[in-house]
Amino acid sequence: MYQNDIGKRSAKVKNVVERGAVKKFAEAVGDPNPIYWDEETGKRSRYGRNIAPPTFPRVFDYGVIEGLTLPSKGLIHGEQRFHYERPLFVGEELYCYAEVKDYYEKQSSMGLLGFLVIANNGEDADGNLIFTSTSTIIINEAVRKAMSV
Amino acid sequence: MTTIREWQVGQSLPDVTLAPVSRLDLIKYAGASGDYNPIHTIDEEAKKAGLPGIIAHGMWTMGNLAKLFTPYYEEGFVQDYFVRFQSMVFLNDVITLKATVKEKDDKAIRFAVAAVNQHGKEVVKGEAVFLLYE
Repeated sequence: MYQNDIGKRSAKVKNVVERGAVKKFAEAVGDPNPIYWDEETGKRSRYGRNIAPPTFPRVFDYGVIEGLTLPSKGLIHGEQRFHYERPLFVGEELYCYAEVKDYYEKQSSMGLLGFLVIANNGEDADGNLIFTSTSTIIINEAVRKAMSV
Repeated sequence: MTTIREWQVGQSLPDVTLAPVSRLDLIKYAGASGDYNPIHTIDEEAKKAGLPGIIAHGMWTMGNLAKLFTPYYEEGFVQDYFVRFQSMVFLNDVITLKATVKEKDDKAIRFAVAAVNQHGKEVVKGEAVFLLYE
């Protein structure tokens, strides 16, 4: 049902790696290491500043992919992948967008399952890709049927 | 402090066992991440969705698991991090975080990573590549 959406992208949205948001996020995943929030620790580190935890890109705004309608309920987050060229720096601006990478269906004991693969990307101001966060979302048969009504 | 480079194939980073999962943990993660799907915080919504109770955000567990690598940020960074969400995490579950060296060369260390519940079941399983600086 999403085959025709493969390749669709959102427009880029400027995001800032906000200091307060990074600290709050690090605390929420039980990782309050000072490299994420203490300015002195950041300055003394090899990065010369604070960095963000690897799963922080969850908080960014990736914009809206025109024409892609997802069910509001019943989605299962099946897999998640992050790839980094370097850690994210606190205070930097990133230009983020989402892209439908793939859609396929598989028969399972729970019926026909749909697998939607969405890549959330972040680039620097020069257009260099800094990270990709790829989610595989599982859509079960009941949800797919409800959607097509 | 021990350096991550010293770890050899087959060795594990020190396990970390989390305090039992609380509703407040999940409320905090919802606020910090912006993921307000109510199956993670509100009992009635979880039951409506056919669940026995609220479940942790998969990304909460994945975020916790990444902290095994945080002490080594001066030596390198997590370049690739992949997990499959294999089983649900419920309130009061006790999760243990694990990472074992699978492969290693001069440039990177590949770890098998997992979050395991109190019944020994792997709720999250995957791998992480820690890229070493020159």
